Amino acid sequence: MKISSFFYSLKQGFKSIWRNKMFSLASIATMAACIFLFGVFYSLGVNFSRMVDSAEESIAITVFFNEGISDQQIKDIGKKIEKRPEVSSYKFVSAEEAWESAKKDFFKGNDEVAASFADDNPMANSANYQIFMKDVSRQETLVKYLQKVDGVRQVNQSQVAAKTLTDLSKLLSIIFVAIILILIAVAVFLISNTITVGISVRKEEIAIMKLIGAKDSFVRAPFIVEGVVIGLIGSGIPVVLLWFMYQNIVRYIAAKFQFLSNIINFVPEGTVFKVLVPISLALGVGIGYIGSRVTLHRHLNV
Amino acid sequence: MIKMEHVSKTYQTGMPALNDINIHIRPGEFAFITGTSGSGKSTIIKLLLDELKPTKGKILVNGKNLSKISHRNIPYYRRNIGVVFQDFRLLQDRNVYENVAFALKVVEATNRRIKKAVPEILSTVGLAPKYRSFPKQLSGGEQQRVAIARALVNQPKILLADEPTGNLDDRNGWEIMRLLEDINKKGTTVVVVTHNMEFVKKMNKRVITIRKGQVVSDVEPTEEF
Ligand SMILES: Nc1ncnc2c1ncn2[C@@H]1O[C@H](COP(=O)(O)OP(=O)(O)OP(=O)(O)O)[C@@H](O)[C@H]1O
Ligand SMILES: [Mg+2]
Repeated sequence: MKISSFFYSLKQGFKSIWRNKMFSLASIATMAACIFLFGVFYSLGVNFSRMVDSAEESIAITVFFNEGISDQQIKDIGKKIEKRPEVSSYKFVSAEEAWESAKKDFFKGNDEVAASFADDNPMANSANYQIFMKDVSRQETLVKYLQKVDGVRQVNQSQVAAKTLTDLSKLLSIIFVAIILILIAVAVFLISNTITVGISVRKEEIAIMKLIGAKDSFVRAPFIVEGVVIGLIGSGIPVVLLWFMYQNIVRYIAAKFQFLSNIINFVPEGTVFKVLVPISLALGVGIGYIGSRVTLHRHLNV
Repeated sequence: MIKMEHVSKTYQTGMPALNDINIHIRPGEFAFITGTSGSGKSTIIKLLLDELKPTKGKILVNGKNLSKISHRNIPYYRRNIGVVFQDFRLLQDRNVYENVAFALKVVEATNRRIKKAVPEILSTVGLAPKYRSFPKQLSGGEQQRVAIARALVNQPKILLADEPTGNLDDRNGWEIMRLLEDINKKGTTVVVVTHNMEFVKKMNKRVITIRKGQVVSDVEPTEEF
């Protein structure tokens, strides 16, 4: 397409949007709602999945050994653990270390009680391996495997509900995808209606264009412009809005709930929007383009 | 230039509009197609524009077999044919200049060519002084001139006119007929559909008469002395 034709189509496209303001506005609004929700879900999603990740890091499996096991056997068990693909890292905790840590947890401020055990480590048999998972969803498999390993007395799983977390994030992403799909369908429908109105307003002009010898692409171009511009505006607005909201909400929560700062560790806005902006714009433009393309094909056979 | 061989057209409604039509119009000719309402005249125009496909038969225009033109190439084919209608079909929201320029915009002509060609054709049809008027501000005859200018600005070899004077009074009708004659004299093949027998009789051109979808007479102009 020639550059002058390009500008001509651009002008006609904008004219058409303007001429059928109400429909254009409705399409832009739906599109904006769609992209806005997408953005909200996405921002929540990345933050949630970061929380799940950090929770996963802290979830450990603890492996205790049979009484009187030799150091060599313990090393062998360590090697077996190391080979498992679902393991992210593991570390050996000696009986003394286990006792120190238990003292801190249980006898806080009760040093005397703790001291009464001093000569006789009550946890003499509690040397163990702590295992950190790469992927919590495979925790069960690993536990079953470890229980059968020679020299293993007991396998404890930390009861932080690993499964619940993964299930929850799965459920959330299903809901997320469903809502986005419905919204996309609504947006496509509305854009299609807008283009249909545009076509009927310009029916005479299109008929003349075709008789004079306009190529299909030339007939299409203004409507494609219309769809794409609606998509761009409809995705640009919510992205800007989300940018401000995200910054402010993060700042607000960080200030208001300082005690949560260890648990909630927000993903920085740069990281979120580096992905969110291009995806949103692409989604908007894509929906606009497809919406008008499909409609044109149906009504004009071009 | 235009050759219709054993052409029949039956609409999807089952209505036979044309039945075994044979017409041959030579380059540079001026031909009337006439006949009663519903005889199939407009159907011929639509077939020649490749808006409709014949049910049977072969149509050759400018040496091209219309049934062999792909959907993609129809626009290029149409650029060689100008067409005007009874109802002018001008864009109401654009002035005279823009209406004519539109025909060049649509075929992606350069702005330079548009600036040169539009005023030229407007003076040919005698509308140069009114180039900024909108269709509503013009008489029917003037509107038809704009339509003719639009049809010709792309320099087609053939001009098809379907009842170009149907909405005009006699005086304006005659002016349009004279204009079409001038255009023909400059080399364009002109085919005019009309049922105004006044024009047909006085103009001394070839007259093809259609009745119920068939050619019932095809009369060459009498020799001028
Ligand atoms: N799109 C269509 N679908 C079905 N039948 C049609 C269609 N267009 C025309 N016809 C029929 O085909 C026949 C020829 O129509 P056409 O328009 O060619 O006539 P015409 O000679 O141009 O008439 P007029 O002088 O009134 O313009 C008519 O009987 C008409 O009813
Ligand atoms: Mg007709």
